[in-house]
Amino acid sequence: MLEYINIFFFEIYKILFLLIPVLVSVAMIVWLDRRVWAFVQKRRGPNVVGPFGLLQSLADGLKYVFKEIIIPASSNKIIFILAPIVTMTLALIAWSVIPFSETLVLADINVGILYLFAVSSLGVYGIIMGGWASNSKYSFLGAIRSAAQMVSYEVSIGVIIINVLLCVGSLNLSDIVKAQQNIWFVIPLFPMFVIFFISALAETNRPPFDLPEAEAELVAGYQTEYSGMMYAMFWLGEYANILLMCAMGSILFLGGWLSPVDLFPFNIIPGPLWLIFKILLLFILFALVKAIVPRYRYDQLMRIGWKIFLPLSLIWVVLTAGYLLYFDLLPMN
Amino acid sequence: MITHAIFFYIFSFIAIVSAIMLTVSKNTVHSVFFLILDFISISCLFIMIGAEFLGMIMLIVYVGAVAVLFLFVVMMLNVAQQKNEWFSARKSNSHIPIGLLVSLIVFFELIIVIGGWKYKTNIQDSISLNISSELSNTHSLGNVIYTDYILLFQLSGMILLVAMIGAIVLTFRHRSGLKRQSYIKQISRDRAEGVELVEVESNKGVKIDV
Repeated sequence: MLEYINIFFFEIYKILFLLIPVLVSVAMIVWLDRRVWAFVQKRRGPNVVGPFGLLQSLADGLKYVFKEIIIPASSNKIIFILAPIVTMTLALIAWSVIPFSETLVLADINVGILYLFAVSSLGVYGIIMGGWASNSKYSFLGAIRSAAQMVSYEVSIGVIIINVLLCVGSLNLSDIVKAQQNIWFVIPLFPMFVIFFISALAETNRPPFDLPEAEAELVAGYQTEYSGMMYAMFWLGEYANILLMCAMGSILFLGGWLSPVDLFPFNIIPGPLWLIFKILLLFILFALVKAIVPRYRYDQLMRIGWKIFLPLSLIWVVLTAGYLLYFDLLPMN
Repeated sequence: MITHAIFFYIFSFIAIVSAIMLTVSKNTVHSVFFLILDFISISCLFIMIGAEFLGMIMLIVYVGAVAVLFLFVVMMLNVAQQKNEWFSARKSNSHIPIGLLVSLIVFFELIIVIGGWKYKTNIQDSISLNISSELSNTHSLGNVIYTDYILLFQLSGMILLVAMIGAIVLTFRHRSGLKRQSYIKQISRDRAEGVELVEVESNKGVKIDV
């Protein structure tokens, strides 16, 4: 019995060791996002609270905690309260399979990439639940837009993952990183990396695909009726999802914890730092896109997803499979 | 082993309770959420017996795609209201005998299937064939599906494709008088088509509609 309790507390300790840095970095990247956005537009951005304004997100969080939570009278209360919890939980449980180095991973499961894909496809529920339970037209329209968008772009992300898996021969995330020892997949599969990046923008409802919360048409989309801590949970979950997508991109295409070249100044930097550096690089790209690109129209968004990305990535699967088969490079085990 | 048993009972309890709630609940949207809970606990059971690939595919396909569509349709139709009206109507009990009959037939069919599976020896032999413990679940499934059962696998894919095309054909209505946007036209517009420079005489104005 004592043994079980020991294991239990050890696991809890490990989970907290992962979860707290993730939550802190989510707060930090919100600040980074606003900073990058401001610099592109020649503004200062948040620079008052703490050094360089680093504590701005903390102050915002504190503000949200002390605000009143308003639940609309005609809403479906249980689902209304459940929705932000679902979003937040799903955004955080996905981190359990991300390998930070060869040994530093919470759960090194066989089907890691499928788990990531499954959790990100469940993310749509938080949004639909929130939009429907609010019992408001704006929320509902935003939720429906968002759900259709996420379901459409998941398809092409799935096909892109198949491309990578063809080159790896395993569904384990650590194996995927180890297979990039010689060359990162971003070089042979560069078009897929571009499509993955754009699909990740759409999947996380980031600009230029932030139609679900198009403030000019839908107030704030599915979050219209939310306030206080519940709104903050949606907001944190969204950013945790964005970080997760960046982590997924760096593991699938940018070699995870591996250093770019196995030479002296690079290989003394520990693996987790490389992964964090790559995640930040991708995130700054996300932030730059937000600042630079204007919003898409909804039919254009759907057209890109179904008529361009899906056929392109399917063709690329055939090409990759044919190439690997012809040159006898298929990973067998 | 005891933790395994505890988790098995937790997940199967949730699965059964949510299945019952799915049929009992008056609000259709709640029913769909219970269906999702049922799917999730069943995929947990799959993972517990070591079929992690099947569990994950269950999550991705059923929870991530099929149930989302269910939820869409149910929310759009606003069935909850209709159902309440239907329940309050007088003939609301007439569906019970038919429902009972169907569920009894399904129940006996399940008993026959499970019974036959248990007592027919050669089926039992074939399910315990060449499953090596070294290969992962995904590998062994792929080894079987893409070699011995390739015909069945491809056929089921074709059937799904035909069903999808059929659904599109059935619901597609070609409406006339619809304005469509052509992307080629929009992109290839040049300045001469779009902008015109007009000398405006004072106190005369310009006639815009040509």
